[in-house]
Amino acid sequence: MAAKVSVKSKNGKVRRAIVVGGGLAGLMTVIKLCEAGIPVDIISLVPVKRSHSVCAQGGINASVNLKGEGDSPSIHMEETVLGGDFLANQPPVKGMAEAAPGIVFMLDRMGVPFNRTPEGNLDFRRFGGTLFHRTAFSGATTGQQLLYALDEQVRRYETMDVTDDRGVTIPGEKMVRKFEFWDMCDVIFDDNGIVRGIIAQDLKTSEIRAFMGDAVCLATGGVGMVYGRSTNSVINTGSAAAVAYRRGAIYSNGEFIQVHPTAIPGADKLRLISESVRGEGGRVWVPRDQNDKRAGKDIPEKERYYFLEERYPAYKNLVPRDIASREIFKTVVHEGYHTRPGVRAAFLDVTHLAKTPSAKQALRNKLEGVLEIYEKFAGEDPYENPMEIFPAVHYSMGGLWVDFEQDARGSLKIGSPKNAMTNLPGLFATGEADYQYHGANRLGANSLLSCIYGGMVTGPAMASWREGAHGSAFDMDNGIFEKAAQRARDEFEGYYKRTGGSYTENAFKLHDELAEEMLVKVTVERKNDELDGVIAKIAEFNERFEKCAVLDTTPTGKMNQPAVFLRHMRGMLDLAEVIVRGARARDENRGAHYKPIFDPDRKEAKEYAGEGAGKGRDDENWLKTTMARFTKDGPKFDYEKVDISLVKPRARVYKQASMDAAKGTIGATDAKTADAKQAST
Amino acid sequence: MAQDTVTLKIKRGSGSGESTWEEFSVPLSPNANVISCLMEVRKNPVTKGGASTTPVQWDSCCLEEVCGACTMVINGRARQACSTMVNGPHGIAKSGETITIEPMTKFPRVRDLVVDRSKMFEALKRVKAWIQIDGSHELGAGPRVAPKDQEIMYPLSRCMTCGCCVESCPNYNDHSPFIGPFAISLVRMYNMHPSGKMHAGERLDSIMSEGGIADCGKAQNCVKVCPKAIPLTESIAVMGRETLKRALFGWLLK
Repeated sequence: MAAKVSVKSKNGKVRRAIVVGGGLAGLMTVIKLCEAGIPVDIISLVPVKRSHSVCAQGGINASVNLKGEGDSPSIHMEETVLGGDFLANQPPVKGMAEAAPGIVFMLDRMGVPFNRTPEGNLDFRRFGGTLFHRTAFSGATTGQQLLYALDEQVRRYETMDVTDDRGVTIPGEKMVRKFEFWDMCDVIFDDNGIVRGIIAQDLKTSEIRAFMGDAVCLATGGVGMVYGRSTNSVINTGSAAAVAYRRGAIYSNGEFIQVHPTAIPGADKLRLISESVRGEGGRVWVPRDQNDKRAGKDIPEKERYYFLEERYPAYKNLVPRDIASREIFKTVVHEGYHTRPGVRAAFLDVTHLAKTPSAKQALRNKLEGVLEIYEKFAGEDPYENPMEIFPAVHYSMGGLWVDFEQDARGSLKIGSPKNAMTNLPGLFATGEADYQYHGANRLGANSLLSCIYGGMVTGPAMASWREGAHGSAFDMDNGIFEKAAQRARDEFEGYYKRTGGSYTENAFKLHDELAEEMLVKVTVERKNDELDGVIAKIAEFNERFEKCAVLDTTPTGKMNQPAVFLRHMRGMLDLAEVIVRGARARDENRGAHYKPIFDPDRKEAKEYAGEGAGKGRDDENWLKTTMARFTKDGPKFDYEKVDISLVKPRARVYKQASMDAAKGTIGATDAKTADAKQAST
Repeated sequence: MAQDTVTLKIKRGSGSGESTWEEFSVPLSPNANVISCLMEVRKNPVTKGGASTTPVQWDSCCLEEVCGACTMVINGRARQACSTMVNGPHGIAKSGETITIEPMTKFPRVRDLVVDRSKMFEALKRVKAWIQIDGSHELGAGPRVAPKDQEIMYPLSRCMTCGCCVESCPNYNDHSPFIGPFAISLVRMYNMHPSGKMHAGERLDSIMSEGGIADCGKAQNCVKVCPKAIPLTESIAVMGRETLKRALFGWLLK
């Protein structure tokens, strides 16, 4: 379909859209824009092929039902909503679950080397929060394989010429231009508050310039670096989202930070050991004897405490992540179990799956990518010895607030310009950078899906928005762009003045201190007095940030990572405050957000004299979306009703072998199959 | 008790300018890797001699050896800084020893250990490293693939464009247009795929022209340094046969 807006502006510029971030969500958005005939500029901190999406290991969910278990998109939707503890607006989740099979088929057509069944069909494995085999996978490096497939398609657009409205090639203009090693520093508004472009900086030369765009999308991922060591890549500082937040974009559900149950501790990062390891039969345990000094492999079966299997007989090791992380945390930290004295870890064991050479090879075909990480970084052979793991910060369910439009069936209306748009007109957000699909807790293998679905929604939404009657950035006076660029240059040059005398702080050290506070007090278990302490600490860090020296005064024109880090540190302090204050305010337990005083099984609840002790999830007061707005005095919070038009909230139970879905909205046949499935496990 | 330390000897500089060497003494933490040591330098940018200097700059992203960003030359060998453990069973240095770190030499240096590998991505454009799909709209299931073919394609698909193979390749340099082993290996992968096969000829042509497969000098260094153990020399041999077949009989197909 040809775009109505002409490709070229009156003064001969090619009208482009901007996508910031080149992970799965960003690249899928780009592909959809190109298919709509809209040329795109991609701005990315790293070459897009190195984006954080490569770290996803386990797979991508789609209810294709190739195993004949009676799985269906409606069950996928329901389990995603339940897994997210009912905090997600339901129409986008429905849209995502329904689109999932088509997405996996599309990726397959793009050449992703998915694992296969003997008949040559896609193979599916199990993941947390479901009893179905719903996860398509490519070894244990699925994210990498998916990203490469999209990267290749975008590279193809990089070689394609832009043609004008009569189909004539415009010389020198390609459908996609990549600006890699570029960092977004600001959003550009026109006089009516419509977003018209961005300011970005070339990290290789420190050059700052304006980019015009007839729609701007932030697909910049999560905020794991706020916690320092996490499973995230070092680029995931949330800087671009923080810039938008400072400029008025609403940040939603920041307090919902997923802690992944199984990661390997490291000096520089905590490396993920995928949930797929448990999906393929890996078991979590600790020695029953807390003084046991034997190596894991030498401890006999009956002396092992398989605590997840004992506590959750139906879902066993595949309970949702928030629950698994809390159980490991409780078992190791509160109950004193460990892999060996002095080590804070539990075992994740696949040795029983590698007893014969052929079994070992089969396991290798499915999990090599992740087991090799353990081998390389922990220095032990996971096929022979159980792995030592501990929970680690992994994913931000929260992110920039975005809108959506529902269709007559209660699903998402593709092509509506409302979809994926932030409260700043013309600015869109998608992927982990938005807050849309996962509510209070994300199910494993739903993130690759939400990123790609997000792109499939955001591209068409941006294309529709561009058709709207509000003019084009490319017909506007250059003044607003130059002014914004100059402001950013002045700000950056201001960093260069931070030297000598009173500039005594090192931003990298300050980052460590922030991370330590967040990691210890704002992850698995949250206590109000400690959160108050962190809020006070952040105020102190904000003051000390003003004393951070630039560390490198090499004249501009060169790469200067320490100076750029100041911008990212500013953003991390802002987002940390959003997370902590959001957590402090939310007095209930929901998904990844958990306060012991609201857990009836905890002594803290019995000792708590305040209101609502042990109340658990509190739908009456807290079934609502957190919305943080930036002010000079810290975030200001509002709340918005959650769209629960499709699945009625109910208690979230994973202990019993009865499928919760049976009581919900899904069809009787589905429920029956689901129950049969339950009975057999 | 004195804390265990290692010395990092780092080659520094900017663009094509002069290089200097600086040494830093870094405390050894448990599970330290080269990245964590570099992070220590950044937090305390003071040389071993006590002189205050600028923080060392390097490229990194995932830190788990799947993105390829942090490739550098460590003790003379191109490898990822994240998966180069300093202590522990696979550690490269004991307390008191020196680790030498340099940027890769086959790419333009940006600053310190950061290089610009755009050339590698350009090579991927040249060999048309993609499947020509009709569009991202729903077109039903993809082609069936035999598990044994998937088992060949998957390892090839793990190439992270890190640059180790070309850094170690004597035929890849400023004076040669050689595209490098990684690109040839990807041609093999796309030409195996059921729908990729339909355009196999175009990809073969792309590696039969200047800088293509004929420029491989069969030094076989690439396969030894590939961090993902991709069978690069096997790919080159397979593509050698395919290009030969096309050179001899290709005209029959036209």
